[in-house]
Amino acid sequence: MSEEQMTGAKMVVEALRDQGVDVVFGYPGGAVLPIYDEIFQQNRIRHILVRHEQGAVHAAEGYARSTGKPGVVLVTSGPGATNAVTGLTDALMDSIPIVVLTGQVPTFMIGTDGFQEADTVGITRPCTKHNWLVRETDVLAGTIHEAFHVATHGRPGPVLVDIPKDVQFANGTYVGPKDVKTTHYTPKVKGDIELVTALAEAMETAKRPVFYTGGGVINSGNKASALLRQLVDMTGFPITSTLMGLGAYPSNGKNWLGMLGMHGLYEANLAMHDCDLMINVGARFDDRITGRIQDFSPGSVKAHIDIDPSSINKVIHVELPIIGDVAHVLEDLLKVWKTRGAKTDGAALKAWWNQIEDWRSVDCLKFKQIGKTIKPQHAIARLEALTRDHPDRYICTEVGQHQMWAAQYMHFNDPNRWMTSGGLGTMGYGFPASIGVQMAHPDALVINVAGEASWLMNMQEMGTAAQYRLPVKQFILNNERLGMVRQWQELLHGERYSHSWSEALPDFVKLAEAFGAKGIYCDNPDDLDEAIKEMLAYDGPVIMDCLVEKHENCFPMIPSGEPHNKMILGENADTQSAIKEGGAVLV
Amino acid sequence: MSPLKIKRGSSSHSAYDLRDYHEQTIERHTLAVVVDNEAGVLARVIGLFSGRGYNIESLTVAEIDHTGHRSRITVVTTGTPSVIEQIKAQLGRIVPVHEVHDLTVEGPSVERELALFKVTGKGDARVEALRLADIFRANVVDSTLESFVFEVTGTSEKIDAFAELMRPLGLSELARTGVAALARSKADDKPS
Repeated sequence: MSEEQMTGAKMVVEALRDQGVDVVFGYPGGAVLPIYDEIFQQNRIRHILVRHEQGAVHAAEGYARSTGKPGVVLVTSGPGATNAVTGLTDALMDSIPIVVLTGQVPTFMIGTDGFQEADTVGITRPCTKHNWLVRETDVLAGTIHEAFHVATHGRPGPVLVDIPKDVQFANGTYVGPKDVKTTHYTPKVKGDIELVTALAEAMETAKRPVFYTGGGVINSGNKASALLRQLVDMTGFPITSTLMGLGAYPSNGKNWLGMLGMHGLYEANLAMHDCDLMINVGARFDDRITGRIQDFSPGSVKAHIDIDPSSINKVIHVELPIIGDVAHVLEDLLKVWKTRGAKTDGAALKAWWNQIEDWRSVDCLKFKQIGKTIKPQHAIARLEALTRDHPDRYICTEVGQHQMWAAQYMHFNDPNRWMTSGGLGTMGYGFPASIGVQMAHPDALVINVAGEASWLMNMQEMGTAAQYRLPVKQFILNNERLGMVRQWQELLHGERYSHSWSEALPDFVKLAEAFGAKGIYCDNPDDLDEAIKEMLAYDGPVIMDCLVEKHENCFPMIPSGEPHNKMILGENADTQSAIKEGGAVLV
Repeated sequence: MSPLKIKRGSSSHSAYDLRDYHEQTIERHTLAVVVDNEAGVLARVIGLFSGRGYNIESLTVAEIDHTGHRSRITVVTTGTPSVIEQIKAQLGRIVPVHEVHDLTVEGPSVERELALFKVTGKGDARVEALRLADIFRANVVDSTLESFVFEVTGTSEKIDAFAELMRPLGLSELARTGVAALARSKADDKPS
């Protein structure tokens, strides 16, 4: 049955089915009408109508991050495709596997500036892992299968298939996934065993080791997380993670240091700075992590496990580059290290942990909730306390201060539970992402921790949440400011708050009600717990408008252009002139 | 330097290149990139160079295997050793790219470029141009009473030198193909 004649449009639906797709996020338009007609005539694939194509892509990202399966998007030509560009770039930066199908004007009209024509493959070439313009129906099914293969193999990423309308109408031969001739795209997953052995050797003698893990562990799958936990527990080495990697090692694990980076924990950043062996597992030395390159962890030997050869030595030179999939490499590493006797320098490790405990005693996340205004940290700490024990909790965020506070004060004990825009920093990511997560996990508790400004960027998706009765909880920390922009203006631009406040904000309660959802307002710390409980108890979409302190800054912080050991801590920090001339451009 | 005993030195795999990272000298490398001959593949390669701020000194592309749909792109680029390594790794990441060879480090190679020169002039200048063309083994591929079109093949330096000589003699137009390069034969080379 895998070879039969059918229209291109039917082929699309057939190929998606064969790829095991159950949900598609999309928005119809002229150039995809034949595909929508096929979707209308079947029940196996569910189509979720978003309210803007950017929302569709972020929803697919949320779906992908929370399931480990590729997310699928279907949009029309021209504006449909251009609206998808931000989401594609976001997925590229964070290595999220998504497959975007776009309609295109008929092949004979391409290049004539036809109605809703855009050079979609041209526009999306730099923001996809790969893309295809399909010119013949006979190759359509094979191209879609290839697209899924490329999106999910090697370093995952977004792909796009542009399908002209005449290709959708014409008949062609369908081929199933197994009948597609195998692509040459087969990145290697096994690491060089000599280098793995060298790393095991380095681990045996390291006096101040640290694991620095990232989103690659999560992308590699649950097995990678399990192996990482085994390795960390057996070695007794401390472990920190990037924003993208939270949950790969449990935050209640005894070796957990907390997140590192610009707004990472004091003990995590100092451990990175002072270590003598840094084991980077699936992270990429992003500039929010390294601070000043020249002073980044000056005394350490660095190992880097990454499936993408271009990540190696891109920013930081490493002595032990291991190219391969995290799960495969960790499996080999554990094997080699155990075979060699599972040795570590116990005495040195003890001293190292004492040093770390010293740093930890600074308690860099401390804050005081006093007075009648809710501190944003307090709001998140309470949200964490009231949802921590939920058996099936997913957290999304928008981008800004609230995102960093969520990363600092919320705890993740499993991978795929934390959805946030890391590399691109896309305001407006969280709400549609929460919709995608809830679609994948209908009975789970899905919360989007948001700032009011970010949230407004894709607020149209209230329509989607309401239509599909998705009980997503929008927890908005409303400081009536673009908090992170405001913080940088305070630090860097003489407190001239140029356009960083939110004026003419909607009444979020009424806004929720206008969509038939529930709205909750809270501006008093004494009412906070009740308000959160009310939000959690409601079976349907909720917007909780939580008014918080307007001028709170996010600490701790490595000022841009400074090394890890020059952190600014919270309370009473002297923030004036913290950023020097050279650092200003790095913001 | 690493306190671990890790072998130093370069292999052909870019990521394992362990030459001094802090070396800041600018090197010129000739890369041969074998790609699927499909729409947009050149745009992907060029877009990589422009998007990431790498240099292109010369770029040549043509189909080399019609039935196998393969093209070969020869690109001459400059950068510090670490930038060159990045360029190779980034090229290798492009899905339709099959092979990336750094001919500058992978052993001896030959490089050739072809150029066409239109030289316009009369009298002594015309005679001198023809005489110099002979020295450079340039072929005359077209001629009028007042002009020649010369074809010169050789290294880029040879073509530069010939252009310098022709300029005062009436060089009016110049077209260059860019560099094509191959690794020199090894004992175990087989016909493809």
